Amino acid sequence: MIEAVARSERGGSIVEELLREYDGACHQSGADGIANVWVRPEQLQAVLRKLKPKFPMLLDLSAIDERTRTHRNGQPESDFTVFYHLSALERDDDVRIKVALSESQGIPSASGVWPNANWYEREAYDMFGVQFEGHPNLYRIMTPPMWEGHPLRKEHPARATEFEPYRMSQEFLDAQQEALRFVPQQWGMSMDARHTDFMFLNLGPNHPSVHGVFRIALQLDGEVVVDAVPDIGYHHRGAEKMGERQSWHSFIPYTDRIDYLGGVMNNLPYVMAVERMTGIDVPPRAQVIRIMLAEMFRISSHLVFFGTFAQDVGQMSPVFYMFADRERLLSIVEAITGGRMHPAWFRVGGVGQDLPEGWETMVRDFLDYMPARLDHYDKMTTNNGILKRRSIGVGDYTTQEAIDWGITGPSLRATGLDWDLRKARPYGGYDQFDFDIPIGNRGDSYDRCVVRVEEIRQSLKIIRQCLDNMPPGPYKADHPQATPPAKERTMQDIETLIQHFLNVSWGPVVPPSECCAMVEATKGVNSYYLISDGGTMSYRTRIRTPSFAHLQMIPLISRGFMIADLITIVASIDFVMADVDR
Amino acid sequence: MNIDVAYLLILPVLLGVMISAAFLVWIERRLLGFWQDRLGPNRVGPFGSLQIVADMIKLFTKDDWVPPFADRVIFVLAPLAIAAGMLMGFAVVPFGPGLHIIDLNVGLLFFLAMTSLAVYGVLLSGLASNNKYALLGGLRSAAQMVTYEVFMGLSLMGVVILTGSFSLSDVVRAQADMWFFVPQFAGFVVFVIAGLAEAHRLPFDLPEAEHELTAGFHTEYSGMKFGLIMVGEYLSVILASAMITTLFFGGWLGPDFLPPFVWFSLKTAFFIAFFILMRAAIPRPRYDQLMSLGWKILLPVTLINLLVTGAVVLGRGA
Repeated sequence: MIEAVARSERGGSIVEELLREYDGACHQSGADGIANVWVRPEQLQAVLRKLKPKFPMLLDLSAIDERTRTHRNGQPESDFTVFYHLSALERDDDVRIKVALSESQGIPSASGVWPNANWYEREAYDMFGVQFEGHPNLYRIMTPPMWEGHPLRKEHPARATEFEPYRMSQEFLDAQQEALRFVPQQWGMSMDARHTDFMFLNLGPNHPSVHGVFRIALQLDGEVVVDAVPDIGYHHRGAEKMGERQSWHSFIPYTDRIDYLGGVMNNLPYVMAVERMTGIDVPPRAQVIRIMLAEMFRISSHLVFFGTFAQDVGQMSPVFYMFADRERLLSIVEAITGGRMHPAWFRVGGVGQDLPEGWETMVRDFLDYMPARLDHYDKMTTNNGILKRRSIGVGDYTTQEAIDWGITGPSLRATGLDWDLRKARPYGGYDQFDFDIPIGNRGDSYDRCVVRVEEIRQSLKIIRQCLDNMPPGPYKADHPQATPPAKERTMQDIETLIQHFLNVSWGPVVPPSECCAMVEATKGVNSYYLISDGGTMSYRTRIRTPSFAHLQMIPLISRGFMIADLITIVASIDFVMADVDR
Repeated sequence: MNIDVAYLLILPVLLGVMISAAFLVWIERRLLGFWQDRLGPNRVGPFGSLQIVADMIKLFTKDDWVPPFADRVIFVLAPLAIAAGMLMGFAVVPFGPGLHIIDLNVGLLFFLAMTSLAVYGVLLSGLASNNKYALLGGLRSAAQMVTYEVFMGLSLMGVVILTGSFSLSDVVRAQADMWFFVPQFAGFVVFVIAGLAEAHRLPFDLPEAEHELTAGFHTEYSGMKFGLIMVGEYLSVILASAMITTLFFGGWLGPDFLPPFVWFSLKTAFFIAFFILMRAAIPRPRYDQLMSLGWKILLPVTLINLLVTGAVVLGRGA
């Protein structure tokens, strides 16, 4: 019976083999159709090593505090669960390995198998206190070094008002300051040099080119970068914790602020996950509207990237042209949604409102205007000789390295792999659209820029198709869980009135289940892994963001380059700090 | 030219140049705004022209802070050296026939010497700040200046050969038949590039490179000391433009319907605008690319130019 179910889901092909080979392993299904396989901690390393050739990318790794969960759905007894979301890009196959841990139990580190497990494990340690044995530097990554407690544990308060009034003694302040002192060895920097005095330069968290609050500790030999260690966590706002205390509906605005250049693109994976758990089918008009808005935000985000990339390479003007174009786009977004950067406009089951009158004209004007501007920018920026010399061959990596480090999105496609989630696993109606996947071939800073510029053109093509083929019909599903529910009949019969009242005051109740939904966001794969314990709020909200993975690769791709190159590399990665720290 | 008139000129030149430099801040911001599809400062006074007054009030009323870790004496003196070096350079600029503070027979060398002096200001401010970004900026400026000083001087030797004198007034008079940018086109191009590098303006602003070194050598400067550094930068733009005009575009020479001084000012203004346009248009090369451009391309071009010019002049003379 289990096997029959298993075959129909993602990762099903491997489940049987794992269950047979590993004693005590068991299988569990989720609403997202990805197989979960539970293994014991001591089996983990062997399982991961076995799976790596078939599932080369470690897409996500985090933990779940299971201690207060009521609906456990046949999973093994545990206080904490650590999960490993593995992905096979080309085969459209995923599998999730889960390990049940008791309160004090450690787990072997996966950082020897996947290099990008390093930061993910540090995050899980920081947020849950899970000890990863054999991890090279298991320090806190998001919270300050002297933070007490682990924020995503259920007993940790979520609001400032739940704490005692804060007092800081002089001794404590001194101790905090001392904990922040920069010790190169602690950052894994080798001081081994016979004839050189290194300079340690603190780039950030407040620096014009780090695009937010991001710090890189640099070890320099002259102007050559010997080592670069990124330090994140300055933008950590505990979005995942907030997910556990906001209703399914009222969490939508928080998602907007994850990748704050992506706008409604952030809503999409979240509402998709909730819709799958509640079984809502989104009407076609809502699907096309969503795609249109999401692609608008892809353009908007790429325009910011393009401008700031040129600026960081030292070209002063492009950023102004591109922000002016983005302004045109945002005014369309404003006319449709009422918001600009944070519209919070997608709803569980559809979108906020129907399109306004005259939207076609605005969109068509923009579609007619933009291509000529892009050609102009190509002439000015991407074909500029100095810019080419500054970025070609700078910060390059291979497809294999990209996959090892969990790089997705345009940064992966710049290496020549044509993997785009919209094509590989069409979601939300993307299979109905005709567009190409631009790829690079060198995987360097220049290709990362060119691929994004080309993606703007492809997005314009998609928006044109949305404009020409906008289906009629409702903009929200006619489903009791669609939020806020339709109000037309509430004044006619008591049942719909009650339903409406409860859904608006408490919010919808999502049946106990787990679901991971991912989208090709502006910067790469963004996924929301939601766990419902049958309540009006999520039990665990795991947000996998592309920028987190991308920043972790900085040391690898910047060693041996100069400071100016490091700035080019940082600019070419296209990250948003809120997307890294959440 | 008697000596009294020269003394009378000092104050007007000093004031005129300082006011132009201050005004240039506004002009640059408006021009950049125009080229970048935006407005630029347009609030204070007509078309924002009093913006500079507002900026000055701000700079003068700011806390005049010297970082406790800095080398105080040098930190204070360095911005002065920048502005003073550039101002001294104006002493030899002929604004019109007989309209100059002093017509040194080594005027050109004096100009080169004074601009080199300003480099010390940049270097020392980077060093005295005792800040890593400032140090990197200072180091970059040292390397950049050493490189570009070399062929800045050499690029002008063609002009000297054609004129037969180092006096700038003689240089202008020698262009009565033909402006020197025609026979000395290579020298002109090299001098413009070197002038940009000397003024560390955008394509060559590596000592500042705000996207890499926050503000480079003047990271720690604020208030009027920062103001002086900025004034020094704008002075060097004006000085470089004035020298391009003098050396390659016939200085005050021009048709009679306008007085010579106006011709000189118009030509200078044109090159100032050109410098600003360069800033709006071109990205910044990397430090090592700048060096290799200097040593591998510009220096050979300069030397060949010098050789050809010398040969032609010798050939004509023989």
